[in-house]
Amino acid sequence: MNNLSQAIPFFGKRNPKLALIILLVLAFALPLVAAIFGRTWVRILDFAMLYILLAIGLNLVVGFAGLLDLGYIAFYAVGAYTWAFLASPQFGVHLPFWIVLPLGAAFAAVAGILLGFPTLRLRGDYLAIVTLGFGEIVRIFMNNLTHPVNITNGPQGIGQLDPLVIFGLEINRDLQITDTISINSLFLFYYVFLGAVALAVLLIKRLQVSRVGRAWAAIRDDELAAKAIGINTRNLKLLAFAMGATFGGVAGGLFSAFQGFVSPESFTLMESIAVLTMIVFGGMGNLAGVIVGALALACLPEVLRSIALPVQERLFGAVYLDPEILRMLLLSLAMIFMMLLKPEGLLPAQARYSRIEHLPGMKGSGQ
Amino acid sequence: MIQTLLQQIINGLVVGSVYAVVALGYTMVYGILGLINFAHGDIVMVGALTALSSILFLQEAIPGLPPVIYFLFGLLVAIPVCMAVGYTMERAAYRRLRNAPRLAPLITAIGVSFLLQTLAMIIWGRSYHSYPQLISTAPLQIFTGVFVTPVQLLTIGLSAALMLALVVLVTRTKLGRAMRATAENHRIAGLMGVDTNRIIALTFIIGSGLAAVAGVMIASNYGVAHYSMGFTPGIKAFTAAVLGGIGNLAGAMVGGVVLGLIEAIGAGYIETWTGGWLNSSYQDIFAFIILGIVLIFRPTGLLGERVADRA
Amino acid sequence: MIKLLEARNINKRFGGLTALSDVSLSINKGEIYGLIGPNGAGKTTFFNVLTGAYVPEEGEFVFNGSELPLGRPDRIVARGIARTFQNIRLFREMTALENVMAGRHIRTKTGLLGVLLQTAHTREEERLTTQRAYELLKYVGIERFAQTLSRNLSYGDQRRLEIARALATEPRLLALDEPAAGMNATETGHLRHLIETIRNDGVTVLLIEHHVKLIMGLCDRVAVLDFGKKIAEDAPGEVQRNQAVIDAYLGGAHHAR
Repeated sequence: MNNLSQAIPFFGKRNPKLALIILLVLAFALPLVAAIFGRTWVRILDFAMLYILLAIGLNLVVGFAGLLDLGYIAFYAVGAYTWAFLASPQFGVHLPFWIVLPLGAAFAAVAGILLGFPTLRLRGDYLAIVTLGFGEIVRIFMNNLTHPVNITNGPQGIGQLDPLVIFGLEINRDLQITDTISINSLFLFYYVFLGAVALAVLLIKRLQVSRVGRAWAAIRDDELAAKAIGINTRNLKLLAFAMGATFGGVAGGLFSAFQGFVSPESFTLMESIAVLTMIVFGGMGNLAGVIVGALALACLPEVLRSIALPVQERLFGAVYLDPEILRMLLLSLAMIFMMLLKPEGLLPAQARYSRIEHLPGMKGSGQ
Repeated sequence: MIQTLLQQIINGLVVGSVYAVVALGYTMVYGILGLINFAHGDIVMVGALTALSSILFLQEAIPGLPPVIYFLFGLLVAIPVCMAVGYTMERAAYRRLRNAPRLAPLITAIGVSFLLQTLAMIIWGRSYHSYPQLISTAPLQIFTGVFVTPVQLLTIGLSAALMLALVVLVTRTKLGRAMRATAENHRIAGLMGVDTNRIIALTFIIGSGLAAVAGVMIASNYGVAHYSMGFTPGIKAFTAAVLGGIGNLAGAMVGGVVLGLIEAIGAGYIETWTGGWLNSSYQDIFAFIILGIVLIFRPTGLLGERVADRA
Repeated sequence: MIKLLEARNINKRFGGLTALSDVSLSINKGEIYGLIGPNGAGKTTFFNVLTGAYVPEEGEFVFNGSELPLGRPDRIVARGIARTFQNIRLFREMTALENVMAGRHIRTKTGLLGVLLQTAHTREEERLTTQRAYELLKYVGIERFAQTLSRNLSYGDQRRLEIARALATEPRLLALDEPAAGMNATETGHLRHLIETIRNDGVTVLLIEHHVKLIMGLCDRVAVLDFGKKIAEDAPGEVQRNQAVIDAYLGGAHHAR
């Protein structure tokens, strides 16, 4: 979280510890503030947390290892459908979250390797198109695997998914503290998701400043030179695909539990692109940028919706730009203008792959 | 049995010729800029919907004309509109990114693609529009049990004519020579006095014009048009371009037809092949699988010589 | 003399073009061995074949007593051959220090689990990697730029950094592809000093170079390639007097085709 706290104006660089505390307090208080404007805003924040999780995972593949993946949402789908298969009446299987979630992550990782293996030799735009194709193939199967055995239930999706129960606490239900006081389930989910994000950030930070992270960055910057210093590019690319997919798979499982329902509609190319836009918008490769980008682009459409809809009604007496259109408009414009005007993203902080404190006499200087 | 096969071949030729026309646009831009113009498929959609609006407008304004007139009017409006969109896209976005890092132009192109779809959603709404059947879709029997419709014949004929015209343009005219020179090497073509900016803009304009026609043909064949109708033909045409050898005009045409045939025959038989597990609703996976296979095993495509690992 | 590397009848063709034709040569432990020849003679191809970027059609390399795996760059590096590139290839988005740390990849062991759990072993290895990389920067004389992005370094310093990164893999044989290209006289002088130091510290050096003075002053032995064939292999002074070499450089009869 250091990078992120440094992004806080004024405090960030002067007093990193204080900044980190501010950040944690903000993260904790966010849903409470949002609740003032209505419960939907807490729900929006819940989704924003899931998007952050996805963006962190995709950033590992695109920003760290330089592999442009346009089918990332497929891994989200794998995680989500794993939950739907193993914790719902669909097959009558009801496994607890601590089995289903890791399984979803593992299946997603396997899917990542399945995608990675044939595409090892591809780079740049060709890789992008093939991964896009992979995402579409997964979606086509979700839509059609109903015959002769009904596996996915097609476009109708699978409903009545099991709730998320952690240590006997059902997150999908309001937590009754006394007869009159209760904590809404949306808050509970927020803190569960926040925990997942915090864990993801911790793991990603560790990966980034490590032998593995440097090897990924080396492959991204110059694959031939990476080979020339003995990096096994094949294994490390597969690892990047698998790790990135793992994050997607976990996010997918949480999504399922949160929604209680999955259908192919949630896993369109548009969603892959949306997550990519979040990364591009915030600043590819640097964690703080990615988080800010995901938070901004997950919430902005909703803010726009709440402003633009009443304004339209007042002015024209009708709604011309519905929320879905507003969201797409915002995302596509963000993508185009960011690339044209500020390709390094909103927070163009340098991503670092070493800790200077390890050098005697250079305590935390530099940066 | 043989009738089914013949029928699928005819269907494949129809679809394939449309893919080929769209693939030309991809391949020309890729040949010159090395850019996958992700938004090219959406130009197809703009063409179809613009033609639809203008046809409806004319039918309202002057009813009772022969259907062909409405059809031609639709084409005549759609082509310049698409050309203008293609030009704008190059001028406003891609031109600034000529020397940008490798992923920037592609990400921008994706953005442009979604922007076009969103604008189409605003203009034409989100619903499916039924497309006027101005060219007859009454099946004609050519052999026992094998049918072809006039609109299918027109599609094949028009596509062939457009491809021929493009080949003549590229190989026989001064403009074509400038295009080839620019594709070979911008900088040197520039030094030799070719206005490469103009040539690149023209490439977008020509490709978009072709896409407009393809859009009208697709919508006329299926009888519907819709804001996201460009995506699937777009990705398939790109597959066709890669299959034929991207950057290579003849390759795009061959690739388009071959892909069309594979898809139609595959869709016809997939149910038998997989023992009923998969059926024709999986038709779209053929293109993606072929795309993957070609890029992985023969990135130069059927006719191409370009290497694939540019990035 | 102990042989470190022996190339036996290496052949490499690109379509109809024969880039290397039956090239055999041997490099002794501890020497600085020069590989020269006119443009297009096959020097860089030889490097690429040796380091596993290309697979030769025929031939083998015996390195330090056993055969090298062909076409497996990572395993060849592990065996102890490191290289630099004619057109410098650094990791642009990484600092000088991180470039060298990346070079430690093959000599370090931390795996995914170790990273994610940040075991004591991982932390210790990370600290050692950082320190070792810093020492290597010092060794080539650019430690003051440890925190500078590699793409912002001067040309000469980028060359040094590339050498430091190669040294990080702990090679027995360091293969340098035109390290003096684009350097001025002072920089070339420093480079020469550096190469000598590296050799004196026990690393054998294989050097492709156009800079004749550098080759003649630095190398113990020199091989000359022309049209993919080895036409001479001798001490620098002898090579200079070799008629075939003079022909090749001055445009002998066979160059007229």
